[in-house]
Amino acid sequence: MDVLLFLIFAAIAVGCALNLVLQTHPISSALSLIGVMGSLAVLYLLLGGEFLAAVQLIVYAGAIMVLFVFVIMLLNAGGEKKPSKKVLRTAVALPLLFTLAGVAAYVLASQAPRTETVKFGAYVAGPYEVGKALFTTWLLPFEVTSILILIAILGAVVLARKEI
Amino acid sequence: MNFYLLTLIKMALTALVLLTCCAYAVWVERKVLAHIQLRPGPYRVGPHGLLQPLADLIKLLTKEGIVPSYANPFFYLLAPFLAVALALTAIVVIPFTPEFELFGVRTAIGLTDLNIGILFLLALSSLGVYGIAIGGWASNNKYSLMGSLRSSAQMVSYELPLAMAIVSPLLLVNTLNLREIVELQNGFHFGLLPKWNVFASPVPQALGFVIFLIAAFAETNRVPFDLPEAESELVAGFHTEYSSMMFASFFMAEYANIITICCVATVLFLGGWHPLWPAEYGSDLVPVVLLAAAGLMLLFHAAQAARRRKWDRFTFPVFGVLLLGLAPVFLIPVLKPVLIPFFWFVAKAGFLVFVFIWIRGTLPRYRYDQLMRFAWTFLFPLSLANLLVTGLVVALAG
Repeated sequence: MDVLLFLIFAAIAVGCALNLVLQTHPISSALSLIGVMGSLAVLYLLLGGEFLAAVQLIVYAGAIMVLFVFVIMLLNAGGEKKPSKKVLRTAVALPLLFTLAGVAAYVLASQAPRTETVKFGAYVAGPYEVGKALFTTWLLPFEVTSILILIAILGAVVLARKEI
Repeated sequence: MNFYLLTLIKMALTALVLLTCCAYAVWVERKVLAHIQLRPGPYRVGPHGLLQPLADLIKLLTKEGIVPSYANPFFYLLAPFLAVALALTAIVVIPFTPEFELFGVRTAIGLTDLNIGILFLLALSSLGVYGIAIGGWASNNKYSLMGSLRSSAQMVSYELPLAMAIVSPLLLVNTLNLREIVELQNGFHFGLLPKWNVFASPVPQALGFVIFLIAAFAETNRVPFDLPEAESELVAGFHTEYSSMMFASFFMAEYANIITICCVATVLFLGGWHPLWPAEYGSDLVPVVLLAAAGLMLLFHAAQAARRRKWDRFTFPVFGVLLLGLAPVFLIPVLKPVLIPFFWFVAKAGFLVFVFIWIRGTLPRYRYDQLMRFAWTFLFPLSLANLLVTGLVVALAG
């Protein structure tokens, strides 16, 4: 059951990610990204990270992507024009793409630290555990991240205002 | 009994009851609004318009579903489906009664019991905006687009005070499981005042409850925050182009959202299925007395109607006898552990739904800038202050 669910939602995630790149209209791409977020949430849930799954949905799918869609609708961005198909370009690009993927996979496989196989539901990551980890072990990175986000918001406000 | 069979039965029952409630919420809303405005309201179809929802359903089913020629057909059809699916899913985590044993089966009314129930609800409500946003955008109509733009901005803004208002009672009960939240609100102060979160002992959450309700009006796009479908400005807002069952889906989603959010308010703040006063003082008898009184009143009016209408002579006695017959059911000892808590839950949630309608009949609509200023400069700081005070007191009280 777990493996089946994993396969289904991993396939949806990959499919949505491909669709995200291939679609020409920004709204379709944004919605594909929501699909990726949603299936990632299910994958977190399968690993036992129920809190993470819920937050993934609330924050990414429910807040950030709403803003994406909002901005796309506000600017009324149309679909981009498809470039005319060129055989030569595709013929060069495809082998290059596979080479890059192969090199990346090799580097990752050889350099990444050896870890154990992931087991379904192996992690206990409820709200209590996540909160405790955030506010004790990882307090400094957590606070620094929030300051970073604050600076980003300030930057956005400064850029958005014509004159202060 | 088999777990799967039991769950299937409960799912079917829940879906049936929820959809019926949605349909009749429309009838109740039209009736209450009409009486607020001194009109009789729907009266033609069935006795006192009771079959109006059925007639509406048949009308909507038989209408032609139109896809405008400049609309994006895929997203245009996806949007109502998204809206109604997300709205109807949210009901699964609501616990309606405590666990009971009936005919050797141990169960409870309510479908699942998630550890992160309240987060699940927040996730679904934050996804609910997509139905409206995509529907308005895909219609390719400026009114629809304006409606869905307003709706996305409004729902994102009001989600913050909503979440903050939810967090403060969570600090008191220290769990995210909705069933445990209700169970922890058991008992009475001084043997009389219920220990609901509105009256919780270190910090009463009355302010949090008011903030939650205000934000809930905005989240469900209801008056006074119904800017997304402001008919005097935007025709019908995001669903201007929709017809037939696609329109009905949006309509159903709106009412399902109202019912769900009232259930959530009941669970978080009003103590779920716990009665208003202790059973020693006869709170178990309330449903019996209410039903009997309603039945007797109908019989009385059947005997001497103020304005005789053709069918009242027949329908009043029938409904009166039905209600009178229903009253003693709440006294049966076997059914009591199910029906009494269920009655209290439905009574509280139903009262909140009535408040939603009441507000709609009473308040005018906000202007758009007022709406946003209210959310960001008043409601959000207020909910933060409420959260800070609650957190401080909970921390000091240990």
